Amino acid sequence: MDNDSKFDGESARVMMKELRETYSTGKTKSYEWRICQLNNLLKIAEFHEPEILQALHSDISKPEFESFVHEIWLIKTSCKLAIKELKRWMKPEKVGTTLVTFPSSAEIVAEPFGVVLIISAWNYPFLLSLDPVIGAIAAGNTVVLKPSEVSPATSSLLAKYIGEYMDSSAVKVVEGAIPETSVLLEQKWDKILYTGNSKVGRIVLAAAAKHLTPVVLELGGKSPIIVDSDIDLKIAARRIISGKWGCNNGQACISPDYIITTKDFAPKLVDSLKLQLLKFYGEEPLKSDDLSRVVNSNHFNRLIKLLDDDKVSGKIVHGGQRDIVNLKIAPAILLDVPEDSLIMNEEIFGPLLAIVTVDRLEESFNIINSRPKPLAAYLFTNNKKLKEKFVGDVSAGGLLINDTTLHLTVPTLPFGGVGESGMGGYHGKFSFDTFSHKKAVMYRSYLGDASERYPPYTTRKLRFLKAVMNGSFLDIFRAILGWP
Amino acid sequence: MGGEAGDDPNFEKDLEELRETFNSGKTRDASWRRSQLKAMQLLLKETEDEIFHALKQDLGKPRCEAYRDEIGTVTKSVQYALGNLKYWMSAKKVNLPLIAFPATAELIPEPLGLVYIISSWNFPFGLSLEPIIGAIAAGNVVVLKPSELAPTCSAVLASVIDKYLDNKAIKVFQGGVSVGQQLLQHKWDKIFFTGSAQVGRLVMAAAANHLTPVTLELGGKCPAVVDSISGSWDRESTFKRILGGKFASCAGQVCIGVDYILVEKRYLSTLVSRLQIWIRKMFGDNPKECLARIINKHHFIRLKNLLSDPLVKASIRHGGSLDEANLFIEPTILVDPPLHSAIMTEEIFGPLLPIITLDKIEDSVKFINSRPKPLTIYAFTNNEKLKKMLIAGTSSGGITFNDTLVQHAADTIPFGGVGGSGFGRYHGKFSFDTFSHEKAILRRGFLTDFWFRFPPWDDKKLQLFRDAYRYDYIGIALTFLGLKK
Repeated sequence: MDNDSKFDGESARVMMKELRETYSTGKTKSYEWRICQLNNLLKIAEFHEPEILQALHSDISKPEFESFVHEIWLIKTSCKLAIKELKRWMKPEKVGTTLVTFPSSAEIVAEPFGVVLIISAWNYPFLLSLDPVIGAIAAGNTVVLKPSEVSPATSSLLAKYIGEYMDSSAVKVVEGAIPETSVLLEQKWDKILYTGNSKVGRIVLAAAAKHLTPVVLELGGKSPIIVDSDIDLKIAARRIISGKWGCNNGQACISPDYIITTKDFAPKLVDSLKLQLLKFYGEEPLKSDDLSRVVNSNHFNRLIKLLDDDKVSGKIVHGGQRDIVNLKIAPAILLDVPEDSLIMNEEIFGPLLAIVTVDRLEESFNIINSRPKPLAAYLFTNNKKLKEKFVGDVSAGGLLINDTTLHLTVPTLPFGGVGESGMGGYHGKFSFDTFSHKKAVMYRSYLGDASERYPPYTTRKLRFLKAVMNGSFLDIFRAILGWP
Repeated sequence: MGGEAGDDPNFEKDLEELRETFNSGKTRDASWRRSQLKAMQLLLKETEDEIFHALKQDLGKPRCEAYRDEIGTVTKSVQYALGNLKYWMSAKKVNLPLIAFPATAELIPEPLGLVYIISSWNFPFGLSLEPIIGAIAAGNVVVLKPSELAPTCSAVLASVIDKYLDNKAIKVFQGGVSVGQQLLQHKWDKIFFTGSAQVGRLVMAAAANHLTPVTLELGGKCPAVVDSISGSWDRESTFKRILGGKFASCAGQVCIGVDYILVEKRYLSTLVSRLQIWIRKMFGDNPKECLARIINKHHFIRLKNLLSDPLVKASIRHGGSLDEANLFIEPTILVDPPLHSAIMTEEIFGPLLPIITLDKIEDSVKFINSRPKPLTIYAFTNNEKLKKMLIAGTSSGGITFNDTLVQHAADTIPFGGVGGSGFGRYHGKFSFDTFSHEKAILRRGFLTDFWFRFPPWDDKKLQLFRDAYRYDYIGIALTFLGLKK
């Protein structure tokens, strides 16, 4: 999109008309078109790695390593998987039929929805834009992507390369902020996938309601970690740090938000975390290149407020130094935070880790269940019973035992939330499914047309119907013969 | 249980009780779910006469229809759920890529919590109980609001559900629009709505405030494409099935009913004359005994108005008589009413069957696509090419060949719409899934970690990652040994 021209209602109308026309030609439904587009998308990730790394660095000072592993590599894998599996995914699924509809055969056919809108977020601006686009294209839709304006370098990189590599009559990028997003939300979409926060999620859902548009909401929440005492503390600490500060410095929807552990164990845990943090980021983490910065001053100020909250004064046991010029906050640990503190009442989304202590670890389930359902929940333990209770009692998008955040990389697990953390899911085949309408196709034969189905109705017919629906051959037999 | 229309009911206590029940974990137990499904079986068996009577009272529905479309279908669905519950509830193991090794993963279905089911008046028992089966099987607690337009059925539902099912977990709130609106203000974990698109929008807008996921089972104009059929047996079956899918199911007041027919001009006269003959055979002797009534005066007037346009009236080829006192409309066939008339732009939902003629049957694809996506498309044909053309060229909730309505009784295909006909689906396992959250679980041990997972980052670690993710183990080994840059 040309930065100079405004994206208003008229531009949207023109754009939608073009996309609907493209869709109605049937072009995007063909296997060839989808494969071609997926291959072109892969080229973006393969041939422009330095620019992508540069954009991510510009937007959020993301360490090269994270940019490669968490964004570029994940997109490449996702794209390659779709290319490899697309034929199989597109095949109709044959299903068996039961006696009630005998004789018949049936299958479930995947078809695209039509024109879909993908709104992505600023924390993983490359990944969260292209991963859903991969699913939408694989399913044969035309797509509009609205990247986040809070990550402008990546947004304009996406606009540039999608414009260059993809079929622009079917795949478009609309850059902009609230006004442009509002205009987009007024249009009639066949599906919307939104990644972001629950406040805007509500706005998206309300806008979709006007057009009866189905929606996937990938939101967030406060993802808790329950830490038991009987564990390999060094490994646990490293995995916790890697999931928290090693993922965009805590600015990830599945970042561990707060820890729950026993009062007795907390000091040991804190010590181990401190030790590993030193190893990871050195004496002066504010100078480390291995940590993303806080994305902008809005969020920076928000996080400082959490640290400076009266209720947590004296609770900061590590870090928290700030560099306002470079928007950096050193990894901070707060111990024994009260449940009514600010930091415990909003998703932190930053490099602050709160620790809540309990007398007995079993109390942690009540704490978690009394709060909105998060996108992820984590547990570190070797205790089998605790694991089973965790799996049974804690409701979240996804659960991990003895690690953090990894489940995002597994394409065979659906990635999505529940309750306040969202609805629907994607990744792997789930992406294809989420952007497809699964049409039920039933084939009936003319063989054997029971007159019992039709009026005029008699008692005998009623008996026969009952027998068929109960699936009882004996009853059917008896009904036909008129036996009692 | 629950308030009556016109009261100012306070649902808070009831909803609180439901949440307490859910939080106690009782509904998660397989034994509780099984007991409820069995209780529903007993309910259907023992109260059959009461149900027949209520349907006759509200809709004039004949017993065969009531059994075939409602009692029988729900009985079958409960049986199916009982037979499959264990499998549905089980954790499903999932394959993992090597990089996650060593780990195991699975998907575990869990209930969403407090579920709100809003059902419609045309199949008041079927459209209430079928979703309840799914909600219970998935371990939820339920509020059902039946339609006030079928008041006898609504009252029977309230009483039998209270009597047979666990009334601390499943409650019925009766009432009209104001009750419905009040209930929508509450926070639900899922809403399942069957009804019109207009109300569907309101439901979804209310759900948006609480980020509540919604299933909308709406309607649309379901076309029946009728190709030339060779073979007299097949042809006669076609006509019977069309009529069965229109008039013999709640007098056409059915979301998956045949709304209109598309046929080639040259077969029109055969079609009309055979349909007329079968109408007489099926309904001739005693139409009021074999046909349901129109639900109320409002809908009767609506249907009457569809015929009031003089051009539409002129296109009537059979029937057309209206008995307002008894809310009865004779099976009516029209040929080529104007395409812009209300009867061809609104969902008919009544016993009026327009036939639209085309030059070539293949034109039906374009015709259907120029209209909102329907809940279902019917096509009567033995031409494999036409079948493929329709499947690939049109979009609808589902498509059924050579019959009508039966897909509703199928357990293995999803039942739901797309576009204007709704979203989400149910029946069979799809019911269970629609009321569940599929939770992903990943389990790891402490045994090993790729040391290069952690910062500080350097080029060596980055290279190792590239190799690991390409499963290039030799590359990894060489890097370890410092033999690869």
